[in-house]
Amino acid sequence: MSRLSAMFEGLRSEQRAALISYITAGDPQPAATVELMRLLVEAGADAVELGVPFSDPMADGPVIQRASERALTHGVSIGDVLAMVAEFREQQPDVPVILMGYLNPVEVMGYEKFAKCAADSGVDGVITVDMPPEEAVDLSAALTTRGIDSIYLLAPTTDPGRVHMICEQASGFVYYVSLRGVTGAGHIDIAEVEQHVRDIKTQCNLPVGVGFGIDSSQVAADMARFADAVIVGSAVVRRIEQANGDMEQIRQSLPAFIASLRRAIGKHPQPLAATP
Amino acid sequence: MSMAKSSQAMGYDYPDARGHFGPYGGIFVAETLMGPLKELREAYEVFLKDPDFLAELDIDLQHYVGRPSPLYFAERLTRYYGGAKIYLKREDLNHTGAHKINNTVGQILLAQRLGKRRVIAETGAGQHGVATATVAARMGLDCVIYMGAEDIQRQAINVYRMKLLGAQVVTVESGSQTLKDALNEALRDWVTNVDNTFYIIGTVAGPHPYPALVRDLQAVIGRETREQILTAEQRLPDALVACVGGGSNAMGLFYPFIGDREVAMYGVEAAGDGIDTRHHAASLCAGEVGVLHGQRSYLLADEHGQVIETHSISAGLDYPGVGPEHAWLKDSGRAHYVAVTDAEALEGFYSLTRQEGILPALESSHAIAYAGKLAEKLGPKKIVVINLSGRGDKDVHTLAAREGIEV
Repeated sequence: MSRLSAMFEGLRSEQRAALISYITAGDPQPAATVELMRLLVEAGADAVELGVPFSDPMADGPVIQRASERALTHGVSIGDVLAMVAEFREQQPDVPVILMGYLNPVEVMGYEKFAKCAADSGVDGVITVDMPPEEAVDLSAALTTRGIDSIYLLAPTTDPGRVHMICEQASGFVYYVSLRGVTGAGHIDIAEVEQHVRDIKTQCNLPVGVGFGIDSSQVAADMARFADAVIVGSAVVRRIEQANGDMEQIRQSLPAFIASLRRAIGKHPQPLAATP
Repeated sequence: MSMAKSSQAMGYDYPDARGHFGPYGGIFVAETLMGPLKELREAYEVFLKDPDFLAELDIDLQHYVGRPSPLYFAERLTRYYGGAKIYLKREDLNHTGAHKINNTVGQILLAQRLGKRRVIAETGAGQHGVATATVAARMGLDCVIYMGAEDIQRQAINVYRMKLLGAQVVTVESGSQTLKDALNEALRDWVTNVDNTFYIIGTVAGPHPYPALVRDLQAVIGRETREQILTAEQRLPDALVACVGGGSNAMGLFYPFIGDREVAMYGVEAAGDGIDTRHHAASLCAGEVGVLHGQRSYLLADEHGQVIETHSISAGLDYPGVGPEHAWLKDSGRAHYVAVTDAEALEGFYSLTRQEGILPALESSHAIAYAGKLAEKLGPKKIVVINLSGRGDKDVHTLAAREGIEV
């Protein structure tokens, strides 16, 4: 069973949603990424979504755009990101890691090579923001062969016919974009999201994660009532940015925020894992 | 007048139903935009075959844009280069001073049919921004134009024109602060305001159906040229020459000639400081296949797939990608793609200005520079048509600054 399936199965028995926390690889600096991934997990994240920096992050709001720009000033490549995952994987054999990025770095590396390297590094799922399933047949096949899930987005503008088609092609989980807009936008309508997610669940056997614009433990708690996973990105990255490269400050502020999210979504909050 | 007729008659039937030109094109966008793109695709398929729509468009092209634009025999320029006869397709004489308005008058009619009250656009040199602000003013629609901070500096006159026309001009300060970043920001706006907003893309690039839609709207250039040259010379030209940034003026000229194998086609890219430097914008001549802004095409990116900053003296060619149909025409060998430097383009600019009394846009000056070399090579029995895609008024400040003159 894949790590993602194992995670969702375990959480079903716990009766709570997963907390998936996003950071951009290489932000604020490449050497920090593996430690930050570990901090997220120790503070209560069930899985880590790792952003692959890209020069033109069209679906991202200003917070994640700036994170991408900071990472790129250090020349972080997709190969570097996979090496970070491999290092994390040595320490954390069971925590799922999902890559989120744009197609061109993968296109330039080549689908087969990317799939092989990602599998070798211990990547569990891949979200390619600007690659809808219609164009993803070859990449998806390469990933499936290596046991990596292709995770697709569903949006408020996705009609029911497409929801069905996408759920047929997706694996791991589907990612419902909770608003019309970019990552980190601030105009979530929780009742509308709930209606959409419940509609999707009638058509889809996969877990449904919800992300974009979840910026507080209150919103996370609301989403956790009906979603299988709550994905928090910009709100995490903003805390990294505010530390201005001061790792000590990040070590202070980040775990507390993640723990508050985790408490908010958990019916039965688990005690925090001990820090090493 | 059927927009799609000529392509099928030629046995050239691209793109396919999902927007592919061979391996290029397609739809590479975030899921939120798949719905609105489907809506646009359906509108494109219905209205660009609808006689009422096409009749309304024709009236606007004739009375508002000022079409047909002349095909002008440039006698002194011909003598100056000393070779083939040179004709200029005078898109610079259109309302707003460039070919861009051919596309925006068409897309604004689609926006109206779809009931959208707000239009957005990206712009590099500002010509597409002005052309969009112009038609939005005429239709009474809200208009927001995204423009890179660097381009806002070098195209100050066009920025002011857009504001006069009632558009809101948003300065884009992310990334390289040029056209590609303006496009990113326009996409972010569209994703946020999908329900009431129509995105008027200015070139033959982006996700399907934009490359086909913009080509079909610009193909009026080639259709007129074909008729006009047959009247003037009783035969087709030997070569067509047009500058290529995203590639809309070139595609508009080329498309109706694709089936005429005897007509050679040359797309001229911006070599900037030289194609062997990193300071150029020649994606077809020096790029690799990649995916950006909704399409697969040639792209200027580094070995890790990060899009690199481009350079050209002309803001309108300063873009790392190119329309997917050009990528396909290059690979299939039907069109040739070459590049000329900033310095050569300036020579082209001065040549046309002094020989014919016509100030070309710096973008179009690239086509003139290459056409001069080509005319010399072909010799006097041949005919070359240059698409004079825009006028140079907007570039006066750039030129003066290079000459150290304060205007």
